[in-house]
Amino acid sequence: MAASSDRNPPPFPAAEDPEPGLVDPADGDSDEGEDIFVSKTNPVSVSRGVSQPDRGAEDPPDLFSEEEEASSTTAKSNGVHSDDDSDLFAEAHMELNTDKPGSSAKKELSASSGPRSTSTSTQSPAAMQPTSLEQLEEEEAKDSFDVDVAITNPEKVGDGMNAYVAYKVSTRTSLTMFRSKTFSVRRRFSDFLGLYEKLSVKQSLHGCIIPLPPEKSVVGMTKVKVGMDDPSSVEFVERRRAALERYLQRVVCHPSLLQDADVREFLERDDLPRALNTQALSGAGFLKMINKASDAVNKMTIKMNESDTWFEDKFQEVEAEEQQLRKLHAVVDSLVNHRKDLCGNTAVFAKSMAMLGNSEDNTALSRALSQLAEVEDKMEQLHQEQAASDFFIFAELLSDYIRLLGAVRGCFDQRMRAWQRWQEAQSTLQKKREAEAKLLWANKPEKLQQAKEDITEWESRVTQYERDFDRIGMTVRKEVLRFEKEKAKDFKSQIMKYLEAMLQSQQRLIKFWEAFLPEAKAIA
Amino acid sequence: MMEEVKEVTSALSVHGHNIKITDVVKDGDALTFVIVSQKLSGTGEYHVDRTWDDFEWLQQHLFSQEDVPGLQGVIFPPLPAKASGNASAKIMKQLGVLGLGEWQPYCKALETFLQQVATHKILNKNKAVEVFLTSSDAPGRQKVKKNIFNRLSQAVEEMRKEGHKDVDEFFQTERDHNLVLTGCTKTAAEKFLDMVLTEQKIAVACGHFSAALHLCVEPGEDPDKKAFSRLCVQISEVFDSMKKNMTSVAENNVNTLGLGLDLESRYQEAEKEMLFRRTCKLVELENARRNAEKAKPVKKAAMEEVKTATQTEFQQICGVARQEIKQFHGVRVKMLQQALVQWCEKQLLTAKESTDQFNQHLQAFRGMAQ
Repeated sequence: MAASSDRNPPPFPAAEDPEPGLVDPADGDSDEGEDIFVSKTNPVSVSRGVSQPDRGAEDPPDLFSEEEEASSTTAKSNGVHSDDDSDLFAEAHMELNTDKPGSSAKKELSASSGPRSTSTSTQSPAAMQPTSLEQLEEEEAKDSFDVDVAITNPEKVGDGMNAYVAYKVSTRTSLTMFRSKTFSVRRRFSDFLGLYEKLSVKQSLHGCIIPLPPEKSVVGMTKVKVGMDDPSSVEFVERRRAALERYLQRVVCHPSLLQDADVREFLERDDLPRALNTQALSGAGFLKMINKASDAVNKMTIKMNESDTWFEDKFQEVEAEEQQLRKLHAVVDSLVNHRKDLCGNTAVFAKSMAMLGNSEDNTALSRALSQLAEVEDKMEQLHQEQAASDFFIFAELLSDYIRLLGAVRGCFDQRMRAWQRWQEAQSTLQKKREAEAKLLWANKPEKLQQAKEDITEWESRVTQYERDFDRIGMTVRKEVLRFEKEKAKDFKSQIMKYLEAMLQSQQRLIKFWEAFLPEAKAIA
Repeated sequence: MMEEVKEVTSALSVHGHNIKITDVVKDGDALTFVIVSQKLSGTGEYHVDRTWDDFEWLQQHLFSQEDVPGLQGVIFPPLPAKASGNASAKIMKQLGVLGLGEWQPYCKALETFLQQVATHKILNKNKAVEVFLTSSDAPGRQKVKKNIFNRLSQAVEEMRKEGHKDVDEFFQTERDHNLVLTGCTKTAAEKFLDMVLTEQKIAVACGHFSAALHLCVEPGEDPDKKAFSRLCVQISEVFDSMKKNMTSVAENNVNTLGLGLDLESRYQEAEKEMLFRRTCKLVELENARRNAEKAKPVKKAAMEEVKTATQTEFQQICGVARQEIKQFHGVRVKMLQQALVQWCEKQLLTAKESTDQFNQHLQAFRGMAQ
C-alpha cells in the first residue's frame, strides 16, 4: 500500500522526463500540469511537505520493467495465459495497462461480482491454494499503474465557523476508463471521509485493505477557520494536504479500488454531493472503529478452527508490528520536538551574538561575531527544515502505517465475519433438515414442499457463503502480500529521501563554515 | 609619583604557558587534578596532585600579598567555581558549560587559570605559585584569613559605589564598556549552553530510535519479512550515525566556543571587580580629602597623612590598572579568536565526516535489492 509509487509507468503518448524541482503548494499556483506530478514518477518522494528538489533517481531494475509486463498482459487480457485461478482473482486484482485494446474488456471485469469463468466453481479451495500463492506473487510482479494524483492549492472557502478548506485534486492518467487524460476537481476534507465510508461498506471489497484517510481535528480546523496565516495553521493545512495526497495515492494504486465507481466519481465529478454522516467519524477516529469491530469479532461464540495457520500467524505479526511502530512513532515525535526546540535555541543564541558583536569595540572581532550571528541564523533555517524532514518523512510515515495495520486487521475481521456467516448458514441448514425430518415423521405432506424449498435455498446459501469465505481468504492473502511489499518499498524510499535531505543539509552547513573560517582567522 | 616596581626575577622555576592538567580522578565527592609543568632549566617535569581547595589556597595567597603596590589594580585570573564529584543540580547549573563532558572542559578552565597566573608578571612572583606547582606535598590546606578580595559581597552601600562617577575619562569609558560586555557575554554563554543541551537531547533521541528499530527485526524465512528486517537494520545504522554526528557537534561546541565564552564571561567579571575596587578607592580618597579639609586643627595633620597615603595608593592602583586593562584587551581578543577558529575548524571537520557517512549509507540503500 505504498503511497510512494515505485512503479514505472509505461511511456505516455507525450512522454516526458520528471522535471526537477518540487513545487511548494503553499507558494500558490502550481497549475503547470507537469510539476505537481513530478513526485509521483520519482520513487523517492511522497509528500511535498519537505521542499526539496527532486532527484531524478532511476527505478532500480525490478519487477516492473515495461517489456515484461507488456508481453504478459497481452497474454492475460486475451485469456490465453489464464489458469482458472486468474479469473478467480479478476475481482480482487486488476491488470491495468495502457495502449491495450483489451481495456474495454477490463471494464466489464468490474469490482462487483461480474461474470466469471464457470470452471472456477468446481475447484475446491484447498487444492487451489498452493498454486494460487505462486500465481499471486507472479501477478503482483506484473502490476502497472497509470494514474497519478496530486493535491494542491488549499484555499479557505467561506467565513467564520462555516468556513472550510477546499483542495485541488488533480489526476493524470492514460487509462481510457476516465473521461480525459488530465483533469482536476475541488474537494473538501469531508469528501475524502465520505469516500472512505463508501468504500468500506462495499460487499465486493471485503478482504481488501482499504486505506484510511487522515483524522479529523477540531482544534486544528478551528484555528484555520479563524485565519490561515499563522504558522501553526499553515503547518496544519500542509500536514493535512500531504496526508490527503498520500491517502488518495494509496487508493488509486490499489487495483480493485481504482475500478470502483465511487473512486472514479471522486476523481472526476465536478459536483460531488456532500458526504453526510461524516460526523460519525469525528472524535472517535477510525482505529477506534476498527478496534470496536475487532472486539465484536472476538466475542463471537463460535471460534474458528484454522486449517491453515497462515492467518493466525499473520494476524499476530500484524498486531505485534503495530505496537512496535507505535513505539517508534513516540520516539520520532520526541525527536521532532527537540529539533523544534533547537530552532528556538539557535535563534535566541544568534540574537545574543549579534548584540555582543554590536557592543564589541575591536572591529575585526565585532565583524566576526556579527558573521557568527548570521551563520547561526542560517543554521536555524537548516534545523527547521530538518525538523520538517523528520516529521513529514518519518513521523507521518509511521502514523500512516500504524493506521494501515489497523486496516489490515480490519480485513482479517471481515474474513472472520464471512466465516461466521457460513457457519451460521450451515447451522440453519441443519435445522431446516431436522425440520424436514420431523415433518416426514409427522407425515404432513403440505408443509413438506415448503421445507424442501427452504433446504434448497439454504443449501445454495451455504455454498455461496463458503465460496465467499474462500474468496475473501484469497483476497486477504493477496492483499497482505501486496501490503508487505509496498511497505518495504515505502520505507526504503522514505529513508533514502531522508538521507538525501540530510546530505543537502550537511553540504550547506559545510559551505557556511567554510565562509566563516576566514572571518574568524582575520581577527587580529 | 609612582614608585618603580623593581624588576625582580620570577620566583617560578617552571614555564607558565604550557602547564597542563593531564588527569582528573574522582574519589567520592572529591576531585583530584594532576598538574604537569615543565622545568625552566633543561628537561624535566613536575607532577603534582591538587584539589580545588588547593586552588583556592593559591588564589587567597595571591589576593593577600602585602608588599605589592597597586595590587588592587590587578585583574585576577578567574578561578572556576568548586565542582564536586556528586554535584547537585544547582552547582551544575552554576558551572554551566564547565559541568559538561566528564570534567574535560572544567580541567581546561583550571589549566587556563594556572597558565594565566604563572605568566602574570606581578602574580608569578608570589611564592605560593611555585609551591603550588612544584611541591609534592599538598600546600597547607588551612583557610587563609579572609580579606577584602573574598567575593566582594556587594552590600547595598557597595552597590551605590559601583555607579560612582569617575574622575578619569579612560576609566569611566572602560567601566561603561565593561558593564555592557559583561551582560552580553553572560547571556551569550547561557544561550549557547541551552543550544548544547538540546543537541545532546537530540543525540539521545536518535539513539533511542536506532535501538527501537532493532526490535522490529524478526527472524523468519519469509522473503518480504527478511527484506523489511534488513531495511530496519540499515535505518537503525543511519540513526546511529546521526547520533554520533550530533554528539560530535555538541562536543565541539563545548570544547571550543563554549569554553571561550565561559572564560570571557568570567574574565569580564574579574575586570569588573578590579574596576570596582579602584572605584572604592576613589570614593575613599574623596572622603579622605573631605575629611582633611574639614578637620579641626587638632586632627588636621593626621587626616592629611591619611589623605596622602590614600592618594598614593590610588595612583598606584591606577597605574597597574591601566597596564592590566591594555593587556586584558589584547589577551581576550586573541583568546576569542582562537576559540572561534577552533570551533569553526572542528565543526567543519565533523560536517565533512558526517557527509561521508551519510553518503555511504545512501549508497548502501541504493545498492539494496528490492
